Amino acid sequence: MSKVIKVENLSKAYQLGDFGTGTITRDFERFWARVRGKEDPFLKIGETNDRTTKGESDVVWSLKDINFEIEQGDAVGIIGRNGAGKSTLLKILSRVTSPTTGSIKVKGRIASLLEVGTGFHPELTGRENIFLNGAILGMRKAEIKRKFDEIVDFSGVERYIDTPVKRYSSGMYVRLAFAVAAHLESEILIVDEVLAVGDAEFQRKCLGKMGDVSKGEGRTVLFVSHNMTAIIKLCSKAMLLQQGELLDYRNVKSIIETYLASNTKNGFFSTSDKDSFFRNIVLLNDRLQERSTFFFNENINVDFELEVIEPIIGLTLSIIIKDQHENPVSSSHFLIDISSNKTLKIRSCIPANFTLPGNYMLEAVLHIPNVRFIQQLPFDLNFTIEDSGSIHSSYLESNLGSIALPILWEQTAW
Amino acid sequence: MDQPEDNEYWDIEIKPTNNLLDLKLKDTWHYRDLLMLMVRRDFVSFYKQTILGPIWFFVQPIITIVFYTLVFGNLAGISTDGVHKPLFYLAGTILWSYFSDCLTKTSTVFRDGAGLMGKVYFPRLIMPLSIVASNLIRFGVQIMLFIGFMIFYGITDGHMPINLYALLFPLLILLIAAQGLGLGMIISAVTTKYRDLAFIISFAVPLLMYATTVIYPLSTAQQKFPKYSWIIKFNPVTPVIETFRYGFLGKGSFSWGLLGYCSFITAILLFAGIIIFNKVEKTFVDTV
Repeated sequence: MSKVIKVENLSKAYQLGDFGTGTITRDFERFWARVRGKEDPFLKIGETNDRTTKGESDVVWSLKDINFEIEQGDAVGIIGRNGAGKSTLLKILSRVTSPTTGSIKVKGRIASLLEVGTGFHPELTGRENIFLNGAILGMRKAEIKRKFDEIVDFSGVERYIDTPVKRYSSGMYVRLAFAVAAHLESEILIVDEVLAVGDAEFQRKCLGKMGDVSKGEGRTVLFVSHNMTAIIKLCSKAMLLQQGELLDYRNVKSIIETYLASNTKNGFFSTSDKDSFFRNIVLLNDRLQERSTFFFNENINVDFELEVIEPIIGLTLSIIIKDQHENPVSSSHFLIDISSNKTLKIRSCIPANFTLPGNYMLEAVLHIPNVRFIQQLPFDLNFTIEDSGSIHSSYLESNLGSIALPILWEQTAW
Repeated sequence: MDQPEDNEYWDIEIKPTNNLLDLKLKDTWHYRDLLMLMVRRDFVSFYKQTILGPIWFFVQPIITIVFYTLVFGNLAGISTDGVHKPLFYLAGTILWSYFSDCLTKTSTVFRDGAGLMGKVYFPRLIMPLSIVASNLIRFGVQIMLFIGFMIFYGITDGHMPINLYALLFPLLILLIAAQGLGLGMIISAVTTKYRDLAFIISFAVPLLMYATTVIYPLSTAQQKFPKYSWIIKFNPVTPVIETFRYGFLGKGSFSWGLLGYCSFITAILLFAGIIIFNKVEKTFVDTV
């Protein structure tokens, strides 16, 4: 297989803060340094892009010294938390902005779906917008004409094709936009979170189309998503970015495991912030030991310590259990008795023998149902269920769900 | 093993800086359909949901020349070189408004197009080019108005002053479009980071009209301000308007030297504009 993308020493710096009266002197300093052939004084390599801590300089490295090669026909997922540099990488690849240092070499045309529907003009009809949008994405007019019927067919908005798109529902708008982009003839396709929109049926259609693109037509796909299921389905390889650095680039399964493992640090929550309702949350096993890993046949006790400043009638604590792909698995709700103390201790017990082995997340929310949202735990707690030799252990490789319902079986003799 | 790979052919190379003289014209040419569609978009969306539609293109110049005739022609009594006042002002205004529309719209192109250009790549030069081309349509419609006036006065006067120099018309359009485009691109590049210049443009362009021979002939200016009339004379828009009037109305100052000077300045403006524009275009998304 031949290489189609080669990225060497790629870095991108952004300037923090406002551009104003102060920055022009700095521009002169930079200009002066460049004239004398010296290094740019404001681009010191070394500081990591950690948005939670305050750095010394106001330059941030959104990407730092990235190197990789992608071969033709590969579908590569790009994974990382918010701010890891995924979007910056795609922006540079799709030539929306330039790198600060380093280079990218590409064979063939690149088409990017950074945001579907860019360049749609609300006053123009669907037909006119197909042509305009196609041209913005780099298609020639004749090419669009040839594919016009196919595009309309894929989008499923044939009836509205001569209506201005401002009268479209948002779903129709997205369908049409994706249809145009999906029919682009390019050797490399870059996709960023477009699947967050549209209904489930259309999402499946998009995923299918993208699968065809990479597997059937042998085109190269770069795909950014927080949806791990979609990434596993679509991609053969993945790269993991963390704070602007490329941590790993391997086959998709092992990368996702690494990514998920890096998330499982948060087994408890504790804060002294006076504005927070949530104070301490810990996960305990049956012997009340603090844990983040439990056996299948063990109860999981979640101990909440809440600080309620004023009594709120209807205050409810909800927990949502999500699987490792962040799909909700189950939820439970508890109406808090507010007549008692300001400091409340609440224990919830997730019973044993229900949650199948795997990685899970626990989201906690305080709210008055359908009336007011009060507070959500700033991050999800992670826990892992280990197999304890149950009957389910023999089916772990096949995806058979996350919850073992106490289903009753009966066999009667004739 | 790695050695031969360095000689491999790559279609696209993305690097921090490019050659200054790489104008990306080939890339732009490839996207010519986009240019056409953008012009179409501007034209169609201009009169969508209006009753009069493209007739609105006429309204602005007609009202303008009515007021100019009243204020500058009759009230202030500024000479029009013996040309019918409406015709004289119309010639000046449509050329001037084409120039100023190109200039002001191009000078904010990065800010106005940030949404689109921050999402997809296409040769950025397409955006200012589409502005110039869209305005050209409006200009073309207005020229028809001018020709209508010319024929009307020609019939009532009994003779047509149009002469061979009117054949320079295509060159004049090219010059004035390139001036608006070039200057606009230079300004647009500067305003991506510091917007101060945008404020200057908003009031300087209307004022600049008075330093151009829109409401008076060059000959009058030379008579009344012999010391300062060189400013007006060497304003690159002036030779265009004067040549136009000379060709179509038979009055005005024309010299090949002045037109040559104007072409030279225009070429420099355009070239500098494209270079600066291409340089800024690469990272403007981060600063705009």
